[in-house]
Amino acid sequence: MRLSGVYFAVAAGGFRRYSTYRVATAAGVFTNTVFGFILAYTFTALWSERPHLGGYDESQALTFVWTGQALLAAAALIGGGFQEELQERIRTGDVAVDLYRPADLQLWWLSADLGRACFHLLGRGVAPIAVAAFFFELALPASPLTWAAFLVSVVLAVVTGFALRYLFALSAFWLLDGTGLNMLSTLLSMFFSGMLLPLTVFPGAFGEVVRLLPWAATMQVPADVLLGEYEGAGVLGAFGFQAAWAAVLLAAGRALQSLATRKVVVQGG
Amino acid sequence: MWVRSTMVYRTSFLMLAAGSFATSVLDFVAIMIMFSHVEVLGGFAFHEVALLYATSATSLGLADLLLGSFDRVGTRVRDGTMDTMLVRPVPALAQVAADRFALRRLGRIGQSVLVLGWALGGVDLAGGAWAPLLLAVTVLSGTAIFGAVFVVGGAFQFVAQDAAEVQNSFTYGGATLLEYPPTIFAKDLVRGVTFVVPLAFVNWLPVLRLLGRDDPLGLPGWADFAGPAVAAACCALAGLAWRSGLRAYRSTGS
Repeated sequence: MRLSGVYFAVAAGGFRRYSTYRVATAAGVFTNTVFGFILAYTFTALWSERPHLGGYDESQALTFVWTGQALLAAAALIGGGFQEELQERIRTGDVAVDLYRPADLQLWWLSADLGRACFHLLGRGVAPIAVAAFFFELALPASPLTWAAFLVSVVLAVVTGFALRYLFALSAFWLLDGTGLNMLSTLLSMFFSGMLLPLTVFPGAFGEVVRLLPWAATMQVPADVLLGEYEGAGVLGAFGFQAAWAAVLLAAGRALQSLATRKVVVQGG
Repeated sequence: MWVRSTMVYRTSFLMLAAGSFATSVLDFVAIMIMFSHVEVLGGFAFHEVALLYATSATSLGLADLLLGSFDRVGTRVRDGTMDTMLVRPVPALAQVAADRFALRRLGRIGQSVLVLGWALGGVDLAGGAWAPLLLAVTVLSGTAIFGAVFVVGGAFQFVAQDAAEVQNSFTYGGATLLEYPPTIFAKDLVRGVTFVVPLAFVNWLPVLRLLGRDDPLGLPGWADFAGPAVAAACCALAGLAWRSGLRAYRSTGS
């Protein structure tokens, strides 16, 4: 099998693996929907007090909420996915086997994570939005072009999110116990991705900085693409922002990985 | 035992407790950012919302500290370690509660108590001398109600092993709901969390009384003081649910 075929097979495996947990997926859809409703009502209260807050009208703000809930599992915005598993393999020393394989460690996990994200986008992404469209007036785009741009942006969001979490996961080579850093990772992602509040609502200079951080690429940007906040070629700029962060972070992950494999003694069992 | 084992890694413990503190701080920062744009939300001022936030978060924090490990029941059923708990001469309920008892959750409680103090500084409580008493009773019965939800969630996982997330929608989701005034939610939703899952008794009803406001459902006045009774009923129901869950449990045989 050609090497690219291997990564495709790993991605397919990731997809299949998560598709086995049907009850968990249904539970996840339920949870996303409940949280979506709660956030939607608080946003309605906020936007009825201050229309056009953060540059969104009310239906756009509601669409923002539900886009966030739909992306939550796919982009692993509050953690989950591969991170804990890789750390467990590092802690037990199993990662030595992974490093021995003729496939690249980072690409291997990226493929698996893309497969997982693809399933979660279908399994936990579509249903909450469908329910929401029933109860709320959403500002979903009519043009298939916008939807296509949204999908591109989601792929870039997943890759950026992966690259970020890969850095946190690799810390286990030095710390062994990654619980504390995972918590920090979740924390940063929850707040700076735009999941609690759109980043455009964050005040002043703080808001401007927050919108330049890599976490913005994992939710705020895809949501804005879906809402048509970027006009014409502006979408390319959004893609560029995401792609640039993805590239920088993936490169950093690669550097950290080679440092780890050269310097660190893997624990054997 | 779990306390001693976490204390062995003192730095890690402190980091996690600080993390737990910071997580709930960011929740509150989101509310602060909201109020940097508006004066009132659903007719409630910042200090009033902060009081709702603090009572909800403290109750959930306490319940989570005592019974938060119930979301691991599904995992234990799946990997078969539930069996070991059942053959020990201690009630399974107590064992699950003590399983991975995480003292770091004190971080979250600490943060909500701080917000509580700040909120109390900015509101005039109706009810005079017995206001502090009602507040204390509210937090405790709120803890019991959330605790009952944790136990029922655990019992539910004997049936649906993979559904730990459903529990989260009622505990964490419920707590988030109660952080905001009931006036911003649809009437049917408020009815649901009053009569179906009685979360409204955690803080909405008593705190509205303390703030001197009417509840949106127009319930009779004594309902504001029904928290302890509702909590007791919830705990009884949760006990029954847990027992029937245990009885329905079939080992994986591994």
